[in-house]
Amino acid sequence: MPAAAQRPEHSQPPVLALEGIHKTFGGVVALQSFDLEIEAGEVVALVGDNGAGKSTVVKIIAGMLHPTSGRLRLDGADITFADPSESQARGIQVVYQDLALADGQPVYMNMFLGRERVIGPLRRLDRRGMIAETAELVQALDVRIPSVRARVRDLSGGQRQGVAIARATHWARKLVLMDEPTAALGVAETARVEANIRSLKERNLAILLISHSLDQVFRLSDRICVLRRGVQVGVRRTNATSNNEIVSMITGLS
Amino acid sequence: MTETSRIESTAAIGAARDERLRQQSGLRRLLSRPELGAFAGAVLVFIFFGITAHGTGMFAADGVLNWTTVSAYLMVIAVGAALLMIAGEFDLSVGSMIGFAGMMIALPTIVFHWPVTLSVIFAFAGALAIGFINGLIVIRTGLPSFIVTLASLYILRGLTLALSILFTNRTIVVGMKEAAEGTFVGFLFSGTIGDPLFTWLADNDIIGRLPNGDPSVRGIPMVVVWALFIALVGHIVLARTKVGNWIFASGGDANAARNVGVPVGAVKISLFMLTAFCATVFAACQVFEFGSAASDRGLLKEFEAIIAAVIGGCLLTGGYGSVIGACLGALIFGVVQMGILFTGVPNDWFRVFLGGMLLIAVLFNNLIRRRVVGGR
Repeated sequence: MPAAAQRPEHSQPPVLALEGIHKTFGGVVALQSFDLEIEAGEVVALVGDNGAGKSTVVKIIAGMLHPTSGRLRLDGADITFADPSESQARGIQVVYQDLALADGQPVYMNMFLGRERVIGPLRRLDRRGMIAETAELVQALDVRIPSVRARVRDLSGGQRQGVAIARATHWARKLVLMDEPTAALGVAETARVEANIRSLKERNLAILLISHSLDQVFRLSDRICVLRRGVQVGVRRTNATSNNEIVSMITGLS
Repeated sequence: MTETSRIESTAAIGAARDERLRQQSGLRRLLSRPELGAFAGAVLVFIFFGITAHGTGMFAADGVLNWTTVSAYLMVIAVGAALLMIAGEFDLSVGSMIGFAGMMIALPTIVFHWPVTLSVIFAFAGALAIGFINGLIVIRTGLPSFIVTLASLYILRGLTLALSILFTNRTIVVGMKEAAEGTFVGFLFSGTIGDPLFTWLADNDIIGRLPNGDPSVRGIPMVVVWALFIALVGHIVLARTKVGNWIFASGGDANAARNVGVPVGAVKISLFMLTAFCATVFAACQVFEFGSAASDRGLLKEFEAIIAAVIGGCLLTGGYGSVIGACLGALIFGVVQMGILFTGVPNDWFRVFLGGMLLIAVLFNNLIRRRVVGGR
């Protein structure tokens, strides 16, 4: 893992800072006093068992859930997101576990869903423009699909994942949240997704990665944040910890 | 995975690079459109009746007017049903809404002596409000629209009967033709256009004449104009605008659409209002054409609208379909319905043949689509 160890310098405020985030659903505490800072060009992995609160963190950052208390800061400024479209407008993109693609729609329409490009006084869809830009993008990201006009339901799991990641990379300006991006993928496809994550990092984007594969976490991340039953057990530098330490933090057994 | 194996797999990916972007041929793209099956079905139906109904007058001017009008009525509600179905919802209250909207036009006019224009505006406002409520309940509760609008089906049908009895003590309210005489709304929903053209055609013996000397077709009925207008607007919105893409996405995966900021709730509620609007156009055309409103009008029309949309290639699960397909579906339904009458099948067997023809049209449609796009 060359170059992965250095943490970016502290000349700027972190891209995203979560401070004392607390979330309850009725009487159930999903997350308590969660703090995390993510710098530009940094991959932070979020690990924990099922039900540890990982997805809750992602949903709060994406604006799908609102924290019961605590605050979010983007580039040092306090911020609240009323819904996912607001977090997107601020340059945050999410690759959801269920991918959030519209199955019956062609790839290029998914790429621009909710942000369709229009031309002319009648505001007609600029299909040609969207197709060209999508074609360029999938080429650049090495997403192998039969055509950008193909419907998403006709694509394989890996191809869909590629489209979802391509969309996130295309629109992200600051932060990409990835919820189990390789859970359903084969070896070659996983390698490609991991290469994409590295190139996002090179573009100086901040990445929050949720993964059940500790191997992957150790390959990609700069820091690892461990959650257990809604409690933040600790944050470790990836190059200063071991697989065993993380496993015992996740399970609570030593 | 070791460093070496990762590099190798990345290299393998690079080598296979060229097969990524396959250009689809224009013909194949054309053939994979959702309305293709319906188009083939329509051709089949026309060939069938071209042979079996040959010489019965089905393809004379008045015969054409006959099945065109029936198809146009259905097309008006099929477009709304198709758009809503693409957005992933059903409206089973369309048929009842036709009856209820008819009453909302007729009762104020006949019982309270409102000007007919005001009654029509009242009916449209009322229908849009009911469509809004249908949509709001579906969005807010997350209940299947099938159940919510089934309730509306009964409530509206019941109200139509109860109000009609309450105010007039009868189940049919007559006198609408007289009330609409010479008014603009009367023309808007039951007039004809292009009359001079048809007089000219009759004068030149291109179309026949009635025994009283009038041309066999007076002009193009306004319901046909409405059908084409609604279909054209629906098609443009679905295929050419942002909103059209949102409709597809709302039906394809509402969660996905919501996550990227598509206003799914607003899209669906607007479409419930659209189906109510279409039902009211249907009702207005019918009330002014027949001169009356009745409590059993529009019975089972919700299913005809859904059938037309499905014949036209819409998936019951949402996210896929087209307005043009729904129009072709309505045409198939209308032609089959009227064609059976022209061929002189005994009345008792009418529904059997109608059902059989529809099944064949749908199967054929499916077969064509499978052949061409290889599945789905």
